[in-house]
Amino acid sequence: MDISFDLLGNALVSGLLLGGFYAAVTIGISISFGMLDIVNIAHPAFILLGSYIAYIMNANFGFDPILTAIVAMPAFYALGVAIYHIYDVSFERRGDTALRGLSFFFGLLFITEVALTLVFGVDYRLVEAVYIGPTLHFGVIDLPLRLLVPALVSVALMVCLHLYLSRTFIGRAVQAVAQDPLALRLMAADPSRIKRIAFGLSIATASLAGAVLIIIQPVEPSIGREYIGRIFAICVLGGLGSFAGTLVAAIILGVMENITATFFGPSWAPAVAFGFLLLTLAFRPSGIFGRA
Amino acid sequence: MSGAQPILQVSGLSKRFGGFVALADIELEVKAGERLGLIGPNGSGKSTLVNCLCGTLRNESGTVRFQGQPMDGLAAHQRTRLGMARSFQLPRPFGTLTLAENLRIPLLYAVQTRDSMPEAAIDKRCMDLLRMVGLHEKATRLPKDLTQIEMRKLELARAMAAEPKLLIADESMAGLSNQEVDDILALLVKLNEEQGITIILIEHIMRAVLSFSQRLVVLVAGRKIADGDPRDVVRQDDVVAAYLGS
Amino acid sequence: MKNPLFILWLIVAAALTFGLARLVDNAYFYFAGYVVLQYIVLSTAWNILGGYTGYVNFGIPAFIAVGAYSTVVLHKTTSLPLVAMIAIGGALSALLGVGTGYLTLRLRGTFFSIATLAMAVVMQTLVTNWDFVGGSRGAYIIRPATVQYLGINYIEYLFLIMLGLSIFAVATARAIEKSRLGFGFATIRDDELAAEASGVPTLKLKLIACGLSGGFMGMAGSPLPYYVTYLDPASTFSLSYAVNTIAMPLIGGTSSWLGPILGAILLGTLQQVATVTISSAVSLLIVGVLLVFFVIVAPKGILGWFQK
Ligand SMILES: Nc1ncnc2c1ncn2[C@@H]1O[C@H](COP(=O)(O)OP(=O)(O)OP(=O)(O)O)[C@@H](O)[C@H]1O
Ligand SMILES: [Mg+2]
Repeated sequence: MDISFDLLGNALVSGLLLGGFYAAVTIGISISFGMLDIVNIAHPAFILLGSYIAYIMNANFGFDPILTAIVAMPAFYALGVAIYHIYDVSFERRGDTALRGLSFFFGLLFITEVALTLVFGVDYRLVEAVYIGPTLHFGVIDLPLRLLVPALVSVALMVCLHLYLSRTFIGRAVQAVAQDPLALRLMAADPSRIKRIAFGLSIATASLAGAVLIIIQPVEPSIGREYIGRIFAICVLGGLGSFAGTLVAAIILGVMENITATFFGPSWAPAVAFGFLLLTLAFRPSGIFGRA
Repeated sequence: MSGAQPILQVSGLSKRFGGFVALADIELEVKAGERLGLIGPNGSGKSTLVNCLCGTLRNESGTVRFQGQPMDGLAAHQRTRLGMARSFQLPRPFGTLTLAENLRIPLLYAVQTRDSMPEAAIDKRCMDLLRMVGLHEKATRLPKDLTQIEMRKLELARAMAAEPKLLIADESMAGLSNQEVDDILALLVKLNEEQGITIILIEHIMRAVLSFSQRLVVLVAGRKIADGDPRDVVRQDDVVAAYLGS
Repeated sequence: MKNPLFILWLIVAAALTFGLARLVDNAYFYFAGYVVLQYIVLSTAWNILGGYTGYVNFGIPAFIAVGAYSTVVLHKTTSLPLVAMIAIGGALSALLGVGTGYLTLRLRGTFFSIATLAMAVVMQTLVTNWDFVGGSRGAYIIRPATVQYLGINYIEYLFLIMLGLSIFAVATARAIEKSRLGFGFATIRDDELAAEASGVPTLKLKLIACGLSGGFMGMAGSPLPYYVTYLDPASTFSLSYAVNTIAMPLIGGTSSWLGPILGAILLGTLQQVATVTISSAVSLLIVGVLLVFFVIVAPKGILGWFQK
């Protein structure tokens, strides 16, 4: 009994930390899908891109992955702006976001995966940093820094974004675009421009999410797919675009997955996210906190 | 007028969007064969009422009875099949179908579920309807080739194509010239008088509403504030206040 | 052109294809041809839902896997003929389509797409953990060398089966296009609220489309174990099935039955050539790039070039 209680306690704690990390991975989707209604299923591909950039700088120059990610953020932002521009001109204005818009993102996801495979092969890649090895111990509970640091980074990212969205004019315009495009026009802001900025931001978060991903686990080009189910499950469960909801949903999923992996074996963990997603879609499409 | 039994009975109908009350406790009866005008300032809930009647939106409370039958839980397409048809305020044509095909849809999916129609009759009916609204020369064109005004006509024709017993026209005439307004009004009156179709007309053009309606209902901020003879209703103080600002 | 006549034309085209194959009489031709034909079935199936009703299914590998793994199970437990296995695989896969649709289609359309994406992942998890069908190690299927009663070898037989399935799928797609059902599908693609207001039972029609589309995908997947002789989750669930199946109709043109065929033949052939001459990864990259290029630049696909 004692042993399984320790196991459960550790599964809970590391699930909590994993959830923090999932929140960082999902935050970009909370902006693009939750607020802008852009179903960017290629988001995990950009996260992986972030992982590989962190990997290159770390392997070649010994740079810290998180610092690398922060430096790379403007480039990711620019990439996001460019992609939104194409999306806007080609699909939103033609009114074809469903079939072709979705296929566009699917194509991007696929191209990135294949290109990464061509360049880096299918071997797992990892980074080295001082905080990846050590583990803090509190009684029977272990706190691996490898999980703790990403969770903290992710919470910091959410706080920054929250402040930006609630304190600045552009930030409030982004929230307005989500709720009421008419109000936005009354604020004399161009919806296209606001969406471009917001989408740029969502891709910029992928840089950091990618760095924490490769801190937590070694990556190879196809693992991005595993995250699609996860991030959309979290985003929908969190109530589309609510940061607090995203964090709570991410933690729930992290804990559930960890408990599943501990007691049933890691090969079952991916099914948890999917089960969650399907159940959420079927029974609570407005999220755990939303009105049904 | 044919018969006095109500074709539509609405009782205690309320609709909320989040915390916003769009319709509050609406009571309404429409007699078979009646021509009813429904007016109200912008945002007063007219279109929302239409959506709740036709099943496009679900009302939280209250019931809608059509020909005595409760509509609770019936999907929009079932209500259309039973004989309720509506036009959308902002036209929603089927963009990849030609005009003739647009009208074919209610014939195939509403009329044919009641009684079968041979292929040739369907084609003819589509053309007749298009001719009625003056679009027959564009039968094989796509909706994107139409002007806004032509779209409204198509919208109305598509509602008529469902061969309804109750037709709800949501601002079908905005932007039309005086002559065109009169043409459409004449068409609606003819449908009403010759085929006994009950019609609810939602309109901002007062002249049109007054000449069309046998009875007038006024919605303000989601509440029904007046219901009666059009000439009396427009003289009521609160109606005047709602329109001119108190 | 009436449907029976159209089917006759399809059969003539198929007979010519098979005649050509016998003339070339090279095993590689059958192997490559099988893949192209399989993609004709898959992309036609995908287009019934995606092109006609506008709902994007990303979970193609899951449907293929239902067909393929049901064959593995039937192969291990029964001695049913392949045709019966295809029917069963198709039925199970149609059920999966209707089930997924029922759970998610009452919501916004994009939720359906997201759910199908995630579904592929979960099916892979299930299969990977299912020891009876080989788990992550995969399953070996020994295929007979020949088919006695036809007097042809087994790969020719598989080719012939896929040819038959192509005719079935294309004839179905075309019949839908010209029918009441096809008009109903188009209204769903254009405007669901207006469709409902015109009497179209949108949910029912969407479920029909899901079932048909899923069913054909399952049928296309059913003979797969005999074709590859070794079936493992990693390659069954490879993203390339999904990308190809989506890219082919979008490149050929989604508005008619001809588009998916055009796309499948062009892309399928291109890939066979590129895989042999360059590498399979590069050939996949080409498909991805073409997909993105076409949805941006030529939203009506190749067919669009021939319409005014
Ligand atoms: N889907 C919706 N979500 C939230 N609010 C809505 C929705 N539809 C309508 N409303 C709100 O409900 C109120 C009533 O709208 P409705 O369209 O019924 O008014 P209306 O009387 O038809 O106005 P108009 O004359 O401009 O057509 C408005 O304040 C509108 O903003
Ligand atoms: Mg209105």
